[in-house]
Amino acid sequence: MGKVLSVSELKKYYEVRKTAFSYKKDIIRAVDGVSFDLEEGQTLGVVGESGSGKSTLARCLLLLEEPDEGKIIFLGQDLRELGRKELKTLRKDMQIIFQDPYSSLNPRRKVCDIMAEPLLFHGVVERKAVKEKVTEILSDVGLGEDFLNKYPHEMSGGQRQRVAIGRALATKPVLIVADEPVSSLDVSIQAQIVNLFIDIREKLGISMVFVSHDLNIVRFISDTIIVMYAGKVLEAGTRDEVFYKPMHPYTQMLIHSINGERFKSPDDGGFIMTGGCVYCPRCDRRGEMCAQKSPCLQGDEGHRVACFIVSGS
Amino acid sequence: MEILRRIGKHNLALIGVIILVPMFLCAILAPLLAPHDPIEPDLKHILAAPSFSHPFGTDTLGRDVFSRVIYGSRISLLVGFVSVGIATLLGIIIGAVSGYFGGVIDEVIMRFVDLMMCFPTFFLILAVIALLEPSIWNIMVVIGLTNWMGIARLIRAEILSIKGKEFILAAKAQGFSEYRIIFRHVLPNALSPVYVVATLGIGGAILTESALSFLGIGVQPPTASWGNILTAAKDNIEVAWWLSLYPGLAIFLTVMGYNLLGEGLRDIFDPRRRYQAR
Repeated sequence: MGKVLSVSELKKYYEVRKTAFSYKKDIIRAVDGVSFDLEEGQTLGVVGESGSGKSTLARCLLLLEEPDEGKIIFLGQDLRELGRKELKTLRKDMQIIFQDPYSSLNPRRKVCDIMAEPLLFHGVVERKAVKEKVTEILSDVGLGEDFLNKYPHEMSGGQRQRVAIGRALATKPVLIVADEPVSSLDVSIQAQIVNLFIDIREKLGISMVFVSHDLNIVRFISDTIIVMYAGKVLEAGTRDEVFYKPMHPYTQMLIHSINGERFKSPDDGGFIMTGGCVYCPRCDRRGEMCAQKSPCLQGDEGHRVACFIVSGS
Repeated sequence: MEILRRIGKHNLALIGVIILVPMFLCAILAPLLAPHDPIEPDLKHILAAPSFSHPFGTDTLGRDVFSRVIYGSRISLLVGFVSVGIATLLGIIIGAVSGYFGGVIDEVIMRFVDLMMCFPTFFLILAVIALLEPSIWNIMVVIGLTNWMGIARLIRAEILSIKGKEFILAAKAQGFSEYRIIFRHVLPNALSPVYVVATLGIGGAILTESALSFLGIGVQPPTASWGNILTAAKDNIEVAWWLSLYPGLAIFLTVMGYNLLGEGLRDIFDPRRRYQAR
């Protein structure tokens, strides 16, 4: 099995003015040195709380946001080095599914037009065969032929998300980046959509980056997991390692919180940049080192963690 | 068709359409409907009161006011559509460029819009007309050139909000070109408030034309326009009430028609109210 996607030291910083008139700018490190590999047919789960940079990472992977630094190697090519034309042809191999199916579909177009546009644009099928193909994709995502002429506002959230998934699948991509694809849906619908993802993955052998704050869903769908906090990867490894033997204090807190346990964190001041470990202000096991140096991911391939205390150095 | 069906269900909009359709018919069928020549003076019947042969009476030169009001509707419609058309086209282009590209371009364009909005529009029109010769085409162009700012701002704001929507990101993820994204995805979603403002603007343009014609620098006599019929009326208001009443009523009804239709369209295009109606 080859690597579909290999990301190294990806960085995306935003500058924010403190007030409308000040020249002083704060730098927000939305994605700060993220690296991972994704094998063919595998699913990578990205976990973290809101504001941890998950969505920015997802958007950077497809260059919807231009990253500041780092490499994104997709099917052996560095996306950031590619020219416009090469990138355009490569785009049909990588697709994204967004969180909010209410704003990810153009409200003025019918389902058939929404689905047909990428097919025609990338020349996947002839104009004559488009309708047939769209119907086929619709049935793949569990929607009947009667949805062809519907507008987005005539459908429920789950149905819209199915259309969005269908649109992403239309060009037969190699990689799908799913940015919280089920978070805005009802719990009962969530299960259906997650099952749909699993079906698709098995049927088409698609690799996926699955971003979510819902650990249960990530555990269900992922092969490997990275845990993000304040733009950094705190822990990475196979699903079972991360879930059953979490090492980082943050991951431990997240996993215990699934069971409804409450955690006291010493100082919840949000994301504070001290130059040390990003999790240090909230960590209940912090030591002297933690406030001064930023830890790197350490450990074997199957399970790595960025924490001085755990690594014992 | 969908829009027509909704207009039919919306009371205000329907009233607007009921007022405007006869106005359009008048303008188109003017030569058939007008009982007399609107320009030919008839000195035997000066300032005649409304009667069977002159339903709206006659003016100071004995011309039939009914015929003049009918022919005047042509001017009003022309001014309304052409000047608002110019303003809308300019507004959409300028607003779209400003909103989509942003940055310095946006800043420069928006400050220019602020500048244009600071001019007292009516006096600007007066000044331009004073320099050029007063003609209907000049008026339409000038009204158009002084009314695009609101539409530009509206389009810019719409585009700013649409630009951040995820379906635009999805289009970018498909690799679509900028051109395709702007014309297929951004603009169609930004246009509905423009229909409303343009419809309301037609009423405003008709009022401006009437005022200019009333002041004698708009449509020049002997061509009939509702505004210049009123000019003749102001000197004879004690003896010939019909001279001011009927053209005044025509202006009132037409502007009202456009405003009602505009209000209706606003309700129809507003998605929140649309859901309510279902």
